[in-house]
Amino acid sequence: MTGRTRTAVLGAAVLAALGLASMASAQTPGVTATEIKIGNTNPYSGPASAYGTIGKAIGAYFKKVNDDGGINGRKINYITYDDGYTPPKAVEMARRLVEQDQVAVLFQTLGTPSNSAIHRYMNQQKVPHLFVATGATKWNDPKNFPWTMGYQPNYQTEGRVYAAHVLKNHPDAKVGILYQNDDYGKDYLKGFEDGLGEEAKKMIVLKQSYEATDPTIDSQIVNLKNSGATVFFNITIPKFAVQAIKKAHDIGWKPVHYLNNVSSSLGTVLKPAGLEASRGLITALYMKEVTDPQWRNDKGYLEWVAWMKKYYPEGALDDQFNAYGYNVAILMAYVIKQCGNDLSRENIMRQAANIKDLELPLLLPGIRINTSPTDFAPIEQEQLAKFDGERWVLFGDLFDAFRKQ
Amino acid sequence: MSRAARIGLFLAVVGAAGMLPVFLSSFRLFQFTQVCVYAIALMGLNLLTGYNGQISLGHGAFYAVGAYTSAIMMDRWGIAYGWTVPAAGLVCFVAGFLFGRPALRLEGLYLALATFSLALAVPQILKYFEHWTGGSQGIVLSKPQAPWGLRLTEDQWLYLVSLAVTAVMFLFAVNLVRGRVGRAMVAIRDNPVAAQAMGVDLALVKSLTFGVSAAYTGVAGALSAVAIAYVAPDSFNVFLSITFLIGIVIGGLASIWGNLFGALFIQFVPNWAQDISKAAPWAIFGIFLIGFMYVMPDGVAGAVRRLWIRLRSRRVSQKLGDDAVPSEAHPSTPQGHRRTT
Repeated sequence: MTGRTRTAVLGAAVLAALGLASMASAQTPGVTATEIKIGNTNPYSGPASAYGTIGKAIGAYFKKVNDDGGINGRKINYITYDDGYTPPKAVEMARRLVEQDQVAVLFQTLGTPSNSAIHRYMNQQKVPHLFVATGATKWNDPKNFPWTMGYQPNYQTEGRVYAAHVLKNHPDAKVGILYQNDDYGKDYLKGFEDGLGEEAKKMIVLKQSYEATDPTIDSQIVNLKNSGATVFFNITIPKFAVQAIKKAHDIGWKPVHYLNNVSSSLGTVLKPAGLEASRGLITALYMKEVTDPQWRNDKGYLEWVAWMKKYYPEGALDDQFNAYGYNVAILMAYVIKQCGNDLSRENIMRQAANIKDLELPLLLPGIRINTSPTDFAPIEQEQLAKFDGERWVLFGDLFDAFRKQ
Repeated sequence: MSRAARIGLFLAVVGAAGMLPVFLSSFRLFQFTQVCVYAIALMGLNLLTGYNGQISLGHGAFYAVGAYTSAIMMDRWGIAYGWTVPAAGLVCFVAGFLFGRPALRLEGLYLALATFSLALAVPQILKYFEHWTGGSQGIVLSKPQAPWGLRLTEDQWLYLVSLAVTAVMFLFAVNLVRGRVGRAMVAIRDNPVAAQAMGVDLALVKSLTFGVSAAYTGVAGALSAVAIAYVAPDSFNVFLSITFLIGIVIGGLASIWGNLFGALFIQFVPNWAQDISKAAPWAIFGIFLIGFMYVMPDGVAGAVRRLWIRLRSRRVSQKLGDDAVPSEAHPSTPQGHRRTT
């Protein structure tokens, strides 16, 4: 053979091999007879790194699943990358997972900005983008984004719950709001303002915003106190929630204080802020708080503790995020199980959109997971709770967003 | 190096880089497109800091302005991306020039602080003008298709476009620093008083350099907006500006081609660090950085330069015998910078 012919044959062989390789995985990417690849991105570094424990907890749960024999004979190969809570990194890591690691699904990618960045890409690539770890309302849009599904009660719903409570119990209050200046913060704000309706203009005396990259929000708190607000809606991620609670306490400001659910963890937020300072805080819960003694003998809680001790011993037992990760991982494992032997991306999506009245061990009693092809919001029920200095005490009825609308 | 050899090397590198789409997956091409983008941004910063001695901790801001210019033009006005890239360069040139004028009074640390304030301010300003910029939600873009029926994927086409732009910007930068303006820039860096005495218009050259530097970074930002297909204020935080500074130091101050290595470093080393340690990737990155600085304090370009001099002096001494051996050390400039050839 001449040199040129040899090169041509070699080139053709390489192309053929590449073609074959891509074909083999085209049918059910990320799935073999013995494993299924699940991809994830989490902020393990950066301003939102407190959430990183969720990614680790999920990995620890999947390890338990594998130790128990896997799902339908397949082990879970969980691949997670750090996106530092920045969109460009999230895009790069999502592409790495989909194109290089060839995962079957992306699961519980965390953060509104990160998920916004990969939203269109995931739907273009037709890869299930499941149970995203953000409460933004836009993940419940099966018509336009059929591959993306949310998980926790969305932020607007939660805002409405607080607004309804304010209108009922503090109709003459002056309301001050602190919010993070991005998608997540504005989503909560919208729900709250929509919930107040016409009263919003009258009642809201001051709105203060902050950036996730700010070192401190002390001055915003002082401004809010000086505005004379008697009700405070605190829309902050854990790092800043601690500062807000502490500062309000330090300057002697005692409004009716509503704290968004994403920062309601006793271990990560209330303890560092000070349990006395946190007394009286109100939040909306959908999970059993792992620091609440009323669940001490609850079956779900005990299973969680046993799992933590065995599979995630370095995780904190009073960090609600570890319970969150455990719970949602159970949901993912359930969906995989429902797929049986058809683990094509279409079927995974179909099963995810077909969950009826599923109970998860750490959801509040009465709260069930429900999805359908037109309803991509798995959890739509919440209950208010007040912090009594030791734990979150539930009160009132379950607020069902599904029915209220 | 002779002129012919230099041209040959340039063509060889560009040619080899152009062949990458044949071998690399879409994802890798995406990463290398980012490398091209960073290389352009670093060329910009290097012109300002390496050649002209003006420290900037705010080039992330120009990168953001370029990205948003491109995004707004594509999304709101439906303009093709081909036009948005030079437009972004122009907008940033003006922005950089306008910033450079008042910054003339500032030197060293004070200039660094002033530019740092730019880096801090721009993401917030972007969020404020929600109507144009989409606020914190950002702007979602579509990746352009390859034109003229070329059978290339979007990633392959974008990579080739970015490569072409990088090559052109490289040639322009090299031309700039070798010419009269380049010598004026370096003269200002090394000894502003002497430069002024020689007739260099300090104010004009410094402002122009700022403008050109910002234009480069703006072009890079515009390309990155197209490649990532999404712009949001969160993408352009303060750390980006610092990353650029890291890039030019790694690549080598006062070098144009060194920026390629700087770009490779800031694109890939964080990923390697993550693969090595999930718990503390930035600590690993720091170790890489420190190690690099220890082994190559002048950056890649500086190390290659010193190697080249050593090889050349050995060859000359072999030719001439031991009588005439030029000194190995390059005469150091007052600020300790190596001068370019």
